[in-house]
Amino acid sequence: MGKIWDLQQHYGKTALVDEFGNNMPYDVLDSEAKTLYEKVGHRCLVFALCRNEIGSVIGYTAFINNGIVPVMVNSHLEEALLDNLLNTYQPEYLWLPKDQINRFAGMALEYEAYEYALLKTCYEKNYPLYDELGLLITTSGSTGSPKLVRQSYANVLNNAQSIVEYLKLDDTEKPITTLPMNYVYGLSIINSHFLVGATLLLTDKGLMQKEFWQFFKEQEATSFGGVPYTYEMLDKLRFFRMKLPSLRTMTQAGGKITPELHEKFAAYAAEQGKNFVVMYGAAEATARMGYLPPEKAVEKRGSMGIPIPGGVFHLIGADGQEINDPLTTGELVYEGKNVTLGYAEKGEDLILGDERHGRLETGDMAQFDADGYYYIVGRKKRFLKIFGNRVNLDEIDRLIKGEFEIEVASSGVDDHMYIFVTDEKMAEPVREFVIAKTKLNPTAFKTIVIDEIPKNDAGKTLYKELTQYYAG
Amino acid sequence: MTNLEKYNNAFTETFEITEDKLANLKYQDIEAWDSVGHMSLIAALEDAFDIMIDTDDIIDFSSYEKGKEILAKEEYGVEI
Repeated sequence: MGKIWDLQQHYGKTALVDEFGNNMPYDVLDSEAKTLYEKVGHRCLVFALCRNEIGSVIGYTAFINNGIVPVMVNSHLEEALLDNLLNTYQPEYLWLPKDQINRFAGMALEYEAYEYALLKTCYEKNYPLYDELGLLITTSGSTGSPKLVRQSYANVLNNAQSIVEYLKLDDTEKPITTLPMNYVYGLSIINSHFLVGATLLLTDKGLMQKEFWQFFKEQEATSFGGVPYTYEMLDKLRFFRMKLPSLRTMTQAGGKITPELHEKFAAYAAEQGKNFVVMYGAAEATARMGYLPPEKAVEKRGSMGIPIPGGVFHLIGADGQEINDPLTTGELVYEGKNVTLGYAEKGEDLILGDERHGRLETGDMAQFDADGYYYIVGRKKRFLKIFGNRVNLDEIDRLIKGEFEIEVASSGVDDHMYIFVTDEKMAEPVREFVIAKTKLNPTAFKTIVIDEIPKNDAGKTLYKELTQYYAG
Repeated sequence: MTNLEKYNNAFTETFEITEDKLANLKYQDIEAWDSVGHMSLIAALEDAFDIMIDTDDIIDFSSYEKGKEILAKEEYGVEI
């Protein structure tokens, strides 16, 4: 019995199928994971450079199920940002795609399997790990901040069980990957489906590629997840005209979908006998906190639903008191066993215990209606979701100031960031810098040149005054 | 503007690249041509030629060269 899954229970069933036609039953996954675990042999910190490939899943399974703590990062993370993370946390091993090992020439190749390689690092220091620490995940994968979310084994297991319950998952499910596995939403799909012995369909191809849909149809995928932008793309692709008889469930998270799209997909699902499930979550709550039951998708469009099984929502007003009246805005607070331990910002933080005690202030402003369904209406903190990726605006400002030593203020709405500078010559270099750092599509970023960055007497930037340049 | 100029413009403006990069350019060769960039490219081409590209052709549009073949199809009739 592993820390999260009892893989033995699913022997004989297929765990993984990839786009190249490779099949891996649960018994082989279990033995491959054990072999990899034995190569490492003890509890320590490992960086897992993730892709939606068999080797990547074997690594994650070996680590999380055997007490090795993986830091989950995207294999495409920009080099400087990855180096910064590595130097901050000094892992003992890296598990990465074989085609990337040349970058780490000084490290010893200890083992390889399924196009992935285990490298032993040269760091002398190994930071001690808190006993319950299960995995570490980046908060803003895109800006490469060294801040990580510390998730415990109990967090991961509890959230996966909850997801199995509300999505009614069983071993006939075949989710197809549409999200990276270093992203909590993508990872939660793996965690929940391995609990029930379902089959993961692995592909790094995207919705815009023919190979993705061929694989989808050939393997008869039953579900996929998407961020708001995914659904915008599906809408433009005229998804509603595609014939996908195997599809049962579409889930949505990673930001607020527009009520119009919510309605469109909910109506399509109702008509076709499929489920469209809007969900709400955060890395700080392992993955999921809320979901809108699919039978309410049409009626409650725009809502993110109710707490997941085992969770509780509270709304806290500006006066610090709990809000009990419908349609009143307050900060959303979540309580549940999936609330993570806390953050790590440096190696010494890996020994820290539970700092949140099951309670998370989400930073989202919300209301509930007369039937108790929750609606997100705004954010307390300054961040945007860009194509589903959380981008902290203060961090972007800091990165730009660090690089160029100029006055800057970034602002915007989801999927559209506006970077305000005062020097016209800097507009393009700043924009290119942010694109390179975030590795997000350039269409999301615009620079606007203004005479001066509005500030109050205390020198604090007045971000609200910037909205006039892009709102409406 | 010739059809080739319009076609090239859609690429250079969407992906912010120069024309010399276009030959043999494939989906995901450059960071800008990801799924988000792909939808922008399709929208730019639909505008430039006043056509509606089918779902099957959108997902088949895997390279600069492939796109020329697709647009030359009877339903679009755009010879480049």
